Amino acid sequence: MPQGDHIELHRKRHGYRPDYFERKRKKDAREVHKRSAFAQKALGIKGKMFARKRYAEKAVMKKTLAMHSEKTKRRKVEDNVQEGAVPAYLLDRDETTRAKVLSNTIKQKRKEKAGKWEVPLPKVRPIAEDEMFRVIRSGKRKTKQWKRMVTKATFVGPGFTRKPPKYERFIRPSGLRFTKAHVTHPELKCTLNLEIIGVKKNPNGPMYTSLGVMTKGTVIEVNVSELGLVTPAGKVVWGKYAQVTNNPENDGCINAVLLV
Amino acid sequence: MASGNSVMCLLADPEGKPFGNPLYLPQNVGPSELNILVNNLQNNDEKFPYAFYVNDKELLGQLGAYLLENNVSVEQVLKIVCQPQAVFRVRPVTRCSATITGHTEAVLSVSFSPDGQHLASGSGDTTVRFWDLNTQTPLHTCKGHKNWVLCISWSPDGKQLVSGDKDGHISLWDPNDGKANGSPMNGHKKWITSLSWEPSHLQTPSRRFASASKDGDVRIWDSMLRKCVMCLTGHTLAVTCVKWSGEGLIYSSSQDCTIKVWETSQGKLIRELKGHGHWVNTLALSTEYVLRTGPYDYRTYQFSSSDEMKEAALTRYNAAKRDSPERLVSGSDDFTMFLWEPSINKHPKARMTGHQQLVNHVYFSPDGRWIASASFDKSVKLWNGSTGEFVATFRGHVGPVYQISWSADSRLLLSGSKDSTLKIWDMRTRKLREDLPGHADEVFSVDWSPDGKKVASGGKDRVLKLWMA
Repeated sequence: MPQGDHIELHRKRHGYRPDYFERKRKKDAREVHKRSAFAQKALGIKGKMFARKRYAEKAVMKKTLAMHSEKTKRRKVEDNVQEGAVPAYLLDRDETTRAKVLSNTIKQKRKEKAGKWEVPLPKVRPIAEDEMFRVIRSGKRKTKQWKRMVTKATFVGPGFTRKPPKYERFIRPSGLRFTKAHVTHPELKCTLNLEIIGVKKNPNGPMYTSLGVMTKGTVIEVNVSELGLVTPAGKVVWGKYAQVTNNPENDGCINAVLLV
Repeated sequence: MASGNSVMCLLADPEGKPFGNPLYLPQNVGPSELNILVNNLQNNDEKFPYAFYVNDKELLGQLGAYLLENNVSVEQVLKIVCQPQAVFRVRPVTRCSATITGHTEAVLSVSFSPDGQHLASGSGDTTVRFWDLNTQTPLHTCKGHKNWVLCISWSPDGKQLVSGDKDGHISLWDPNDGKANGSPMNGHKKWITSLSWEPSHLQTPSRRFASASKDGDVRIWDSMLRKCVMCLTGHTLAVTCVKWSGEGLIYSSSQDCTIKVWETSQGKLIRELKGHGHWVNTLALSTEYVLRTGPYDYRTYQFSSSDEMKEAALTRYNAAKRDSPERLVSGSDDFTMFLWEPSINKHPKARMTGHQQLVNHVYFSPDGRWIASASFDKSVKLWNGSTGEFVATFRGHVGPVYQISWSADSRLLLSGSKDSTLKIWDMRTRKLREDLPGHADEVFSVDWSPDGKKVASGGKDRVLKLWMA
């Protein structure tokens, strides 16, 4: 039988030693001093480990003490007045928060004039011409190579008609033409499917802007009349800029973030 | 040109009773000549302006021109309905004369006193503030509520203001010094949705008022005894609106799709008006404007005794009501409204459909001729006040329209919307009259002063805007 079991067996048969409880009490009282001596004398890694353990113990102890003394502590009554006051007719309705009124129209107009924009993606990977266009051979012997086909997503606009095929230098395939973009409002974190009005600027060059090519980082203009925004002067806002955030030719859709 | 010919006409009043025998009138008479004629026929001491309607279309030019346009035969007797209009004319407000800051949270309700001398507003920062209209600055700040002040209401004699908050407490305030008349009265367990005073022709000085709450009861309080004298229970869901009618009945609308009619001496339920398919959001009475303004009209603001006030209120009430019973219109989340005559019948008189979203606010015009309804489908619709027929739609807002308010002469309608603009619509041309942008965020509450000179609006941008002509 293990030693501890002998002691237990003895206790069961004869009860505790007469001085057991006193000795236990005194030993426990000495523990405090022993612990303190150890904490002061322990050096090196041993000391650090002990210090960490002791700190955690002290934190828990403080919390329980605070909890117990809460009953006797006097506190000011907290006002549970919430934010976002609404009138009585809106109280039982939870409405999705809508975009707030434009407050910086003047700043935007100035920026637009200067051509400078604070955009979420300031730097984009430059795209080489041979990645953007694919050479199309034409002619009876397929030796002429002046035609190019665009391999990225494009926007052409509702009134677009192709030039006569004989004179068309840049071909924009209809499979890569997009009219709508998934636009995310950065503050409301909601994504809406909005119509594209036009391509404002493609960072790879003015030629791509005029072709209507949309790559990552392109600034496009979208129709936001759904949002019901009104300028301080009372006019309804129906177009806003957004910047494309994905590679539409890989994904098959255009994701953009609204520039507010 | 048939200008020399004459046409047989029968002049009638809005209820259909003719003014006399049919007369032969030359075809080149216009509204001004008809005005003189009707005033003479009626032997009016004061010349009232009238508006003339033939087959519900307003007669603006000469009779002859109208006949030609609409191909009306001269063989039959032409019935011309004469609607008396208000003698005074309210000018539309065009500019924001002051933007007063003061509230630190959204302004939830604004209200002019019945005599037009004081302006009060309740807000989400738990205060009620009084504003000085002459200097357009804050006058008093009344602290006492512990949660958002949701509704405020002036007593019809203009001496007291009652406000209800989100905890269900109700406080009374004195507009002259901004002090509370005692501590807040408790009774309701959830927030107060609506407050309505007893009309002044039934009791002057105003003592009793009714309050509706989300917990489903309507309580009647006495402001002098400062306690709840009656509790009208019966609704199973929140009571959204309560109105004290001039006939001494209380109408309460609730989210349980019913409207209950109570009598006020013992608090018994008289009638229950069922018909709506979803929450009933709002109620309006045909005499509501007169009940709200009590004894005050555009001429008199001072009274020497409360008996005089009661007399004046009674005459105004009878003039507005004429002989027909009071009409009630209710707007609901089921996109429709019902027109009722509750003291007679528990079945609706007319069902007014047409809105494509829930109806948030309905309001009778001060003369009871029109009903205007504001809806979350961004439009305001105009209906005939006696029959409930659709008349016109006002489109222009780009966000849900929250509240509407009439000018005191019933010629102009004001609407405030979530898109932060207020718009004024003209009743004669049925078009937009003025566009009032300027608020930075949603407009929660609008009010036109009873003397017609100012408009106050408050909303989520925490400022109170005063607009003048």
